[in-house]
Amino acid sequence: MFASLRKKETWVRYLKSLKFALYCMTHPMDGYWDLTHEKRGTMAAANTILILTLLTRVIKLKYTGFVVLIVNWEELNIITYILSVLFPLLLFVIGNWALTTLFDGKGRLGQVYMATCYGLVPYPLIQIPIMFVSNFLTVEESAIYGMLDVISLIYAAILIIVAMGQIHEYSGGKNILFTVATLFAILVMVFILMIFFGMISQGVAYFISLGRELLFRL
Amino acid sequence: MKKIFSRISAAVFAVILTVVAPLTAFTKESNYTYNYDYWGEVQESPDLYSVCRVFTSTDLNLDVKLNNPSGLFAYGNLIYICDTGNNRIIELERSSLEKLEVTRIIDSFQGADINTFKSPTDFAISEDGNYFICDNGNGRILKLDSNLNYMMEFVKPVDNTLDEKLEFQPTKMVIDSAERVYCIATGINKGLVKYESDGTFSGFVGATPVTYDWTDYIWKKLATQEQLEKMESFVPTEYSNIYMDYEGFIYGVISGADEEALDNGTADAVRKLNLMGNNILVKNGDWYPVGDLYWGNGGGHEGPSVFVDVTVMENDVYVCLDNNRGRLFAYDDQGHMVFTFGGNGNMDGYFRRPAAIEHIGHDLFVLDSLDCSLTMFIPTEFGRTVYNAIEQFDAGDYEASGKSWESVMSQNGNYDLAYIGIGRSLLRQRRFEEAMKYFEVKYDDENYSKAYKQYRKQYVEDHIGIIIAILAVVIIVPLVIGRIKHIKMEIALAEREKIDLSK
Repeated sequence: MFASLRKKETWVRYLKSLKFALYCMTHPMDGYWDLTHEKRGTMAAANTILILTLLTRVIKLKYTGFVVLIVNWEELNIITYILSVLFPLLLFVIGNWALTTLFDGKGRLGQVYMATCYGLVPYPLIQIPIMFVSNFLTVEESAIYGMLDVISLIYAAILIIVAMGQIHEYSGGKNILFTVATLFAILVMVFILMIFFGMISQGVAYFISLGRELLFRL
Repeated sequence: MKKIFSRISAAVFAVILTVVAPLTAFTKESNYTYNYDYWGEVQESPDLYSVCRVFTSTDLNLDVKLNNPSGLFAYGNLIYICDTGNNRIIELERSSLEKLEVTRIIDSFQGADINTFKSPTDFAISEDGNYFICDNGNGRILKLDSNLNYMMEFVKPVDNTLDEKLEFQPTKMVIDSAERVYCIATGINKGLVKYESDGTFSGFVGATPVTYDWTDYIWKKLATQEQLEKMESFVPTEYSNIYMDYEGFIYGVISGADEEALDNGTADAVRKLNLMGNNILVKNGDWYPVGDLYWGNGGGHEGPSVFVDVTVMENDVYVCLDNNRGRLFAYDDQGHMVFTFGGNGNMDGYFRRPAAIEHIGHDLFVLDSLDCSLTMFIPTEFGRTVYNAIEQFDAGDYEASGKSWESVMSQNGNYDLAYIGIGRSLLRQRRFEEAMKYFEVKYDDENYSKAYKQYRKQYVEDHIGIIIAILAVVIIVPLVIGRIKHIKMEIALAEREKIDLSK
């Protein structure tokens, strides 16, 4: 694996696939089809985009002008803050794959993950420039920031939805149906996880109290 | 071995220090005066007021002890207490800073059939020197001259929308400079009852907007007639007290507003009414002027603060009296909290059932109707500095105001108003960059924007040459490079053609 890192072709392919994310952003239909079918996307580029997105989200806290964003540092937990992106992403990828694989979706788990990450591109691309600009804004002008902030999210959401349609080879209507269904799948998973952790903690508590009782009697 | 031992003992010592030190810090009793910061956290503050004296019936040498006093009015250095339970009004004179003496007990007057009062609840003196008394039990507002001769009375308004069976019970009133009367009456929720100076009823002013939840609305649509009758109807909440400030604006406090509506700012706890009856209270603070922000149960008291009275000083600072937790809340003209202090209890400076508040100058008087006492507060050094800073700013003396705020800040570093005050005075002195720093520290984005806008303008004006130069370079350089590339390419093409031709 490390041997391949020394080869020039690996890097050329990586940079090319990273650049391809920009093409996907402007030509989503064509781009996401080629992403998996023409193998123009790489996992490495997908991971890079995800890391960039997370970094943007963290850097944003510190360098956005206080007129548009005020952070309560005392209440901020950086790990839960990052997980607030990663966990829904993970749920979406698994939920989407689990559903579409039952309904002739052509995408595999890895491809769903890759396409989702490629869909996040507008976030760092829009957020970083407006982060700088936000330091030169007054309250009245901050509406511009708010608008671009929302646009970056909506753009990413549209890209992800289109990407899912392309990699699973779904028609428009079916794609939207499965996007909604994926949201429900996420809800179901969250529900099951909550029950699961609730039961586990109950079970553990039972055995702990049993052990305590034993120690007490002996 | 010795080394290890000394290290262990040092570690143990450190642990003890960290565990014990905070405990000792917390045992100190305080929290009497506090303020809320940007995040809504309680920030303890040095006292702005201290109790000068508490006057009870005995201190005032009254033969008949006060019984459920409920109204308070200050006029010059005279203070009037409505001794509701004893059907009389007591006139006190403040002859020196710490002294209050009974000068007159008003319990009857001349010139009317019923010439005594029945549970009077409020008292006022007009600019012409006539006395107005809310004679609650007799359903009238009396107007007497200063020698206690009957002049006229204001009775139940003649209005078709009022229930005929409703007994008119005026509780609180204010008199404007033309002797028009505005009063609050039990059971009338259309706003304040307004009378012209000749006694004719001229309408209701300043009704509070009705607030309701959309879930309530849906329930109402679905409910049957019988269920509807049992439900609360959407009615405006009544004012609990009113006060007319030195400019003639009426401040009204409302108790019992919906908790959720108070929290999201759709209901008010304090309103400032103009002549049209519209609310013109400025709410620029980080939090709405609703009193306490935490409504959990504490010492048997829960729910939002219940404002029962308000008084407005000449520097536009208004002080609201909360009879839920027995506290005083003061806000400035922008709606920033200036201070909060008080509590429930029997000690001096704490209340059992505070009913009314008044001021003479900066001194505050609070009447407790259960304790039957009058507490006199005078500002401390810190309080005086805060008031100085506010008044110097209002007078346009920005430099002095900045100095005063700096002194306030050195006495209480957790006081947001001090930072904003310094910032505002710097802003007026056109020192924008420094002002921006102070506003940023306390997250005052509105004022920051004002300063920043000026700073940005100044910066661009000062550096216009450089900015144009940079812009020019950014635009011209690519153009030049493009041009050069173009020429080079043409030369190359021409040369190739030359070679081709020569072949």
